[in-house]
Amino acid sequence: MYSDKVMDHFMNPRNVGRIDLPSGSGEVGNVVCGDIMHIDIKVVDNIIADVKFRTFGCAAAIATSSMVTQMVKGKSLQEAEQITNRAVAQALDGLPPVKMHCSNLAADALHAAIEDYMRSKHD
Amino acid sequence: MRQIYMDHSATTPVDPEVFNAMIPYYNDRFGNASSVHALGRQARQAVDQARSQVGELLGASGREIIFTSGGTEANNQAIISYLDNNPDKGKHLITSAIEHHAVLDTCLHLAKRGYELTVLPVTPDGLVEPDILREAMKPATALVSIMHANNEVGTIQPIKELAAIAHAGRAIFHTDAVQTVGKLPVDVKEMNVDMLSASSHKLHGPKGVGCLYVSQGIRVGNFLHGGGQERGLRSGTENVPGIVGFGKACQLAQINMPERQARLSEMGQRLQEGILSTIPHTRLTGHPVNRLPGSVSVCFEFVEGESILLMLDSYGIMASSGSACTSGSLDPSHVLLALGLPHEIAHGSLRLTLGKDNTEEDVDMVLEVLPGIIQNLRNMSPLYN
Ligand SMILES: Cc1ncc(COP(=O)(O)O)c(C=O)c1O
Ligand code: FES
Repeated sequence: MYSDKVMDHFMNPRNVGRIDLPSGSGEVGNVVCGDIMHIDIKVVDNIIADVKFRTFGCAAAIATSSMVTQMVKGKSLQEAEQITNRAVAQALDGLPPVKMHCSNLAADALHAAIEDYMRSKHD
Repeated sequence: MRQIYMDHSATTPVDPEVFNAMIPYYNDRFGNASSVHALGRQARQAVDQARSQVGELLGASGREIIFTSGGTEANNQAIISYLDNNPDKGKHLITSAIEHHAVLDTCLHLAKRGYELTVLPVTPDGLVEPDILREAMKPATALVSIMHANNEVGTIQPIKELAAIAHAGRAIFHTDAVQTVGKLPVDVKEMNVDMLSASSHKLHGPKGVGCLYVSQGIRVGNFLHGGGQERGLRSGTENVPGIVGFGKACQLAQINMPERQARLSEMGQRLQEGILSTIPHTRLTGHPVNRLPGSVSVCFEFVEGESILLMLDSYGIMASSGSACTSGSLDPSHVLLALGLPHEIAHGSLRLTLGKDNTEEDVDMVLEVLPGIIQNLRNMSPLYN
């Protein structure tokens, strides 16, 4: 039911963990529906120098989190803001239809982390 | 990679002896049991023999067995056809919150058609308390349907006591015994049930066949309309090979039950204790004592069920879960929620159900890999510190 890419990112997730003193953090989802994604970013000179995730959820939720971190590492904040949930799902060669709400979360968590960083910069 | 199948509550492999008994009825003895000629008579005889074998296992006479396409159809017929056929008995029915969908959704369907429905809550262990049933009984209660053992958490209900309460209120009692027939002693007379559903594929028989036991004197009515097979109670050309297989599976279950029951119980106990003692933040779901032998169901905090299943699968271990993500809905199973588990805990459910072919090595293997899998997923979880 899952593509090879989803299974690869699920079985060998990239960038798992947390960043000490992150530049920004984002968390989306809720325990009731069963998905929570947390993303930390480290920003250096407008570039996402490091990114880590922690996710509570099914294989699709873990794979989309892993994929989004891989997609944005080394990218500028502007490039990262352009990444959509759709793009993440596409990069994984698609997700089963019932799992699409998971793929919505990974990019959202990333965007929340970027917003958090922007907010703290302006404070 | 060695395959370790621990999902016997979902289905079981057909026993080779059962399979061999079925084969002739696909080729040499392919007759229609309603035909007058030799091949027809041969098929009829085979169906009758299977009927006695099933009756024997259930403590019923062959005349009280209606072959169906499985547990789902038996449940539908028991509830819908009984009420349809006995309009004078009242328009209230009672079931429990942890029934299989084949019962629960059937009752909900009737509730939409003008029947009054009471869905009984269960204790945190998954028990229907007799007092709760007693209070729910009304003069208009026609039927009470409560399952023997639950397919997800394994809790066994005090059926005899519940049936007595239904009878005291002049209602009839049906039980979905799909999970217990062949695994535990099931005697319809001793349990004092009026109707009982069973399914062949849960006891090493073929899929797509089962039966409804209907006690003599209960007028259940037919569910399917047609050629009048099964004494008019289940139309449709008999699935002769399937019925033969079901009969054989019942016969074998009866012979092997004491030994298998003891062995599954013991292995299940070791698996359960092993999991609970090595993996922190884990709780057993279902009743600690009154449970299906070899059925282990637990919830791991901070992780999600589908992830556990896929990780286990990568080691060749096959299990199941009541988590939302395995069902494609947003809610975890109605059974886990009915036990009062919060959503986030119910999401981390795992069910391992052992069968006759599992070995002590299989149990060792699960106990060896599971703690690492859970730890690995917890390290990935934002809920875990
Ligand atoms: C408790 C229970 N009732 C009913 C059924 C349905 O039986 P069947 O698959 O034969 O339709 C099942 C199994 O799927 C079950 O576990
Ligand atoms: S976590 Fe699996 S569908 Fe959302």
